[in-house]
Amino acid sequence: MATPGQGSGTGSQPNRLETGGLVDRSRIVRFTFDGKTYTGHPGDTLASALIANGVSLTGRSFKYHRPRGILSAGSEEPNALVELREGARREPNTRATVAEVFDGLVARSQNRWPSLDFDVMAVNSLLSPIFVAGFYYKTFMWPSALWEKLYEPAIRRAAGLGRASDEADPDTYDKATAFADVLVIGGGTAGLAAALAAARTNARVILVDENATLGGRGVDDGADINGNPAHEWVRTVEAELSSAPNVRILRRTTAFGTYDGGTYGAVERVSDHLAVAAQGVPRQRLWRIVAKETVLASGATERPVVFGGNDRPGVMLAGAVRTYINRFGVLPGRRAVVFTNNDYGASTVAALKRAGAEVVALVDSRAQISDEVKRIASEAGARLLLGAVVTGTLGKKRVTGVTIHTRTGEEERLDCDLVAMSGGWNPNIQLTTHLGSKPTWNDKLLCFLPGTLPHGMSLAGAVAGDFTLGKTLVGGTSAGSAAVTAAGYAAVSVPVPKAADESDAVAPLWRVKSPNGKAFVDQQNDVTESDIELAEREGFRAVEHLKRYTTLGMATDQGRTANVNALAIMAEITGRTIPQTGITVARPPYTPVSLGTLAGHHREKHFKPTRLPPSYRWAKENGCVFVETGLWLRPSYFPRPGEKDWLETVKREVTTVRNAVGICDVSTLGKVDLQGADTAAFLDRIYMNGLKTLPIGKCRYGGMLREDGILMDDGTVARLGENHYFITTTTANAVKVVQHMEYCAQWLWPELDVQIVSATEQWAQYAVAGPKSRELLQKIVDPAFDITDAGFPYLGVGEITVCGGIKARLFRLSFSGERAYEIGVPARYGDALMRRLAEAGKEFGACAYGTEALGVMRIEKGHISGPELNGTTTPRDVGLGGMVSTKKDFIGHVLGKRPGLVDPERPALIGFRPLDRSQRLRSGAHFLKRDAQATAENDEGYMTSVAYSPSNGHWVGLGLLKRGPERIGEIVRAYDPVRGGDTLVEVVSPVFVDPEGVRVRG
Amino acid sequence: MSRAHYSIFSVLRESLRGHTGWGPAWREAEPKPDYDVVIVGGGGHGLATAFYLAKHHGPLRIAVLEKGWIGGGNVGRNTTIVRSNYLLPGNIPFYELSMQLWEGLEHELNYNAMVSQRGVLNLYHSDGQRDAFARRGNAMRLHGVDAELLDQAAVRKMVPFLNFENGRFPIHGGLLQRRGGTVRHDAVAWGYARAADRLGVDIIQNCEVKGFKREGDRIVGVETTRGYIGAKKVGMAVAGSSSRVAAMAGLRLPIESHVLQAFVSESIKPFIDGVVTFGAGHFYISQSDKGGLVFGGDLDGYNSYAQRGNLPVVEDVLEGGMALMPRIGRVRMLRHWGGIMDMSMDGSPIIDHTPVSGLYINAGWCYGGFKATPASGFCFAHLIAHDQPHAVAKAYRLDRFATGHAIDEKGMGPHPNLH
Amino acid sequence: MRIACPYCGERSLDEFLYSGDATVKRPDFASPTAANEFVSYTYERSNPPGMHRELWYHSAGCHAWLVVTRGIATHAITSVEVARDVALNEKPATKDSI
Repeated sequence: MATPGQGSGTGSQPNRLETGGLVDRSRIVRFTFDGKTYTGHPGDTLASALIANGVSLTGRSFKYHRPRGILSAGSEEPNALVELREGARREPNTRATVAEVFDGLVARSQNRWPSLDFDVMAVNSLLSPIFVAGFYYKTFMWPSALWEKLYEPAIRRAAGLGRASDEADPDTYDKATAFADVLVIGGGTAGLAAALAAARTNARVILVDENATLGGRGVDDGADINGNPAHEWVRTVEAELSSAPNVRILRRTTAFGTYDGGTYGAVERVSDHLAVAAQGVPRQRLWRIVAKETVLASGATERPVVFGGNDRPGVMLAGAVRTYINRFGVLPGRRAVVFTNNDYGASTVAALKRAGAEVVALVDSRAQISDEVKRIASEAGARLLLGAVVTGTLGKKRVTGVTIHTRTGEEERLDCDLVAMSGGWNPNIQLTTHLGSKPTWNDKLLCFLPGTLPHGMSLAGAVAGDFTLGKTLVGGTSAGSAAVTAAGYAAVSVPVPKAADESDAVAPLWRVKSPNGKAFVDQQNDVTESDIELAEREGFRAVEHLKRYTTLGMATDQGRTANVNALAIMAEITGRTIPQTGITVARPPYTPVSLGTLAGHHREKHFKPTRLPPSYRWAKENGCVFVETGLWLRPSYFPRPGEKDWLETVKREVTTVRNAVGICDVSTLGKVDLQGADTAAFLDRIYMNGLKTLPIGKCRYGGMLREDGILMDDGTVARLGENHYFITTTTANAVKVVQHMEYCAQWLWPELDVQIVSATEQWAQYAVAGPKSRELLQKIVDPAFDITDAGFPYLGVGEITVCGGIKARLFRLSFSGERAYEIGVPARYGDALMRRLAEAGKEFGACAYGTEALGVMRIEKGHISGPELNGTTTPRDVGLGGMVSTKKDFIGHVLGKRPGLVDPERPALIGFRPLDRSQRLRSGAHFLKRDAQATAENDEGYMTSVAYSPSNGHWVGLGLLKRGPERIGEIVRAYDPVRGGDTLVEVVSPVFVDPEGVRVRG
Repeated sequence: MSRAHYSIFSVLRESLRGHTGWGPAWREAEPKPDYDVVIVGGGGHGLATAFYLAKHHGPLRIAVLEKGWIGGGNVGRNTTIVRSNYLLPGNIPFYELSMQLWEGLEHELNYNAMVSQRGVLNLYHSDGQRDAFARRGNAMRLHGVDAELLDQAAVRKMVPFLNFENGRFPIHGGLLQRRGGTVRHDAVAWGYARAADRLGVDIIQNCEVKGFKREGDRIVGVETTRGYIGAKKVGMAVAGSSSRVAAMAGLRLPIESHVLQAFVSESIKPFIDGVVTFGAGHFYISQSDKGGLVFGGDLDGYNSYAQRGNLPVVEDVLEGGMALMPRIGRVRMLRHWGGIMDMSMDGSPIIDHTPVSGLYINAGWCYGGFKATPASGFCFAHLIAHDQPHAVAKAYRLDRFATGHAIDEKGMGPHPNLH
Repeated sequence: MRIACPYCGERSLDEFLYSGDATVKRPDFASPTAANEFVSYTYERSNPPGMHRELWYHSAGCHAWLVVTRGIATHAITSVEVARDVALNEKPATKDSI
């Protein structure tokens, strides 16, 4: 017989049994809890190690700050939540029952001050008559100003459990996708049997289990399989599965969610059992598992009984008591009272006895029990109290005894330091309900069982209501065979392991009437049975109302030990059955998942990919300042030594373009190649302006609308050949335009012969702009090509070669108002071409310019861009009304004529300059008539784009002003209160440079 | 049955007698044969409509019909944010009315829905975004709504723990509405229900409308799972079920139903005070009074009547979260769930008559329905009572798509899933 | 949700973009009632709770537009067709009408 605390090698662990358990007794690990050092063994959880060391007080409750201990031995734990680790790795609310100990582990209790032992907030317990469910809704209303200032901050400080780290998470997270013919969720006896049956075919099998070791309750209960201890059978099966090439076992992996299409989310805790993750190894990994068939073998969770003081440390689920004894070799108490409504009381009595504890009594609420149970109790020397219930517990921070209400109506006290309770079992059906299936109530087993299962899912073991070991093996084997057959494999006959079927008889017992002290239903959220009565009284009877009003089931355990008891109590109060009362819906995740895991690598700098334009390296070498433009990092401006700010640099770049020549990387513009016999007709239906007449070798500015008549994008259309077009889009809309064109080609007009391919990344393209642009180009364009004004006029386009035979495309386009070209080469020559242009440009005084100067020059010319193409403007609004064809069908033609879109009162594009030329303009300012009050009624539009114009020597702006083009010469207010601005501006032509357009033609 | 006024005294009195004196917050009403007004939908909007009808336009015999339990739609599954930081003149006055009603709500209802004005901060990450926020902030100020444009230093002071140093998209500043904040969402439904009940409104749960009864062009009542109920006027406020209910009246709406997911973390000690939205990714976050981080992102993107989303969007949202505030990495997601959004074609709501005389519609709330609850009820009540739109809701016409007066805040056009 | 692209095979949801109702057809711009027809086509949706015919775009794949038949209460997909084929079947090639 094992006895606690006397063996060698257990150090000072007074409650460690001399033998038994699956921990590695050959090694000792040291950890601290609340600053005090303890020892444990590899294989321990923090909970089992604390129990081994005789620590029973582990936390304080959420609302009343009552002392709390360890209730369970698994992920359902509501009470024993700790802050694990320190500094940047501090993790709040970690369940001590699943955290594996490692050397150097640091854990602290939560939600107490100054210490766990002496928590001043326990004063809340005295106020508990006030702090009942829903009390906040009835109070804190007077005076209302105090809510944010006084009441709420106090409530917020008191609420919450642990403290999150205030530093960035230093660990890495990984993501993986896996495909399985058969996914088995749960590595208990049922899951192992299912995995084995499936694995003996060639099917791809994935087995996931949330624990570090497989075996589940069969091992926890110390049962026998095929005549040997269950863990030996588990080891054999595990060995076979591990060596099978078609099987992947994911330990420490929780399948947390069922998603559409046979997809399951799972999180693998790769390194949480280590002090620090190894170099290059993530802390956790998110698995997206796509399974043809899934065997859910998720087991069951034991229900507590609701009685007075059922939250006191030392009150534990009976199954957890067995787990601590059998799996961890620790004894949670020396003098135990077992309180139950089912036959598992017997195995708890036996396990305690075997471990050397005194079993004071078996308190069973049933008047009649089997002789077998009686025999076990008698052998253990336990008093058998039938038809009796525990009404309350004695003690403060640890239970010292219980009060019993006997069958004959007497009150009795029993001394004990452990209450092992069991109210029956709830199958872990959560993953069956995530897609909306409703569970069904089983009156014999007294639990909810899965309803209609998600496509491809089957059940094995306790989740199916097969609670006994023998049944889990039978059910697991057949579920595995059936699943693999359904996945298209010929099942191999697998012998079913033999195990006894213990009795699982159970009778209803949800709460003890007239409890002695507070009786908790949801221990973590401090919801008592009287809160449920209050909710009922106030009309919150619908189960969702109950949950929301009392916060029942909304804590970190999602009410796994609370919800069914609560429903049953509500059913009892309202005189309805449990199914009439309802069910609460489980939401993913099954257990909480670290946010970092869900993000994976895509965080901080790696949140989104960075797209680099072809000249990026050259620009970086030349001191460029870049700007994020969508995913692109575009050159913004190129400061030179001695320039005091960006404005000075930009002025210099603009001036260089206007007087000499500049080079700008415009590769980020969307580029689309279209070919096919009907391309002309196709483009004619996409663009609002006519394109049918565009000759080969020419390009044209074009605009396209959405079907609702609003401008979608603008750009150029170049005709390279009879049936070959090349268009550009704005940088922002490159993807959208291709999608739109594909939509039109494939869905609206499939009869048209047109092929569309995005060429944005295939071509590096540079604008070469300025009066000396042709001379510069002449240096690199191969001599065979005539680029004189006669041979290559404004809006010309041609396929040429440069730098001795490199194929290129030349477009004579300008957005600066100067003579300008765009030259494109295959992207792999982009870097070289930039270097060549910069080199060749030296003699002309050329400079590179970025998006800032680009923006200045387009504003100086009154060209629209992103701020004007904001998804709410019509062609007419931005001065392009004249381009819109009235003769043809095109996208947006019909709806563009709706009254609201042709209303002459709509704000329309016009130019602005400050009345006092020294003042700066700001886009986003709203226009008001000069003498108008600043009210919404007087709002006449807004400034869309502004720039300091070196050519004019003052700021210029473009904006949308009510009847703008009719108001040239008027003075209006540019009102910008959020930046303290209120500037008088003059309405002027939107073209600030070369209004006749002479320079562009050279 | 006691329907006590909530006060410090009543709370203390009840705490001395085990809270046995509280009665139901609202009666379990049985349907009467007919009413002056029947509101279809016992969500926040329907209950608010009934309350304001009873309070300002009575006496009227009013019923709210709810197919399940009240407050079970979007008022019970949102991310609790209230704000009036809109851009367009069709929207700002409406949402500002809502904000003002929120500010007086606990006294109006005698119910503490925990309206908490801790600020809503929208971050900007580029000059273009800054100017767009300036335009919005200026529009708000012109409407008398509070708005402040913060530079990076001011944002840093307010929320120092954001990722200023190592972000993919640098934080340049933010648009702040200090009066914005959060509200305890379920309590809004319960507060309106209790207050409406006290004014005599019948709140009838488990009563699903199966059809509309007309005489000629006029509505005369509704067929329900609990029998026929006559009504002089019927108002639909059924959010995600709008298309389905409108179809019973022969209407096709400019609405698709889309799923939006929301998330809550485990409860932790105070971590973030107000509401912060990421301007370069799909992520916004606040912390509830109970300690959970409440956050969300973009629509899943596909039409759905299932109240659940899928994993790719979960990942997308948390990528945004970890980009913006990498210290949340070890906090755990407790639950995620989906709600059905009645996404209109321009992202703005509809409060209007229908072509059927006596039938009114309140729909198309997209994911902005919660913050709109008080004003939606207020204006819908006004419309039903007077047959004229309330001044701040007159842009929310059903025919605005035909006339070209869409109210498109985001400029996304007729693509409901992009608003 | 997983969509079986006829070209690429079954792929995860995040490769696709949903883009609306596939049962509405773009009207003839020359129709005398084109204004109303375009309003209905662009804005009005039946949006029933059962099966939908929807347009999806394989944006992170082959760029095919697809017609997906899907129950929007269950997310169960019963068919995935190439939109071009569906369109051609519904509207036989009438190049002359260009």
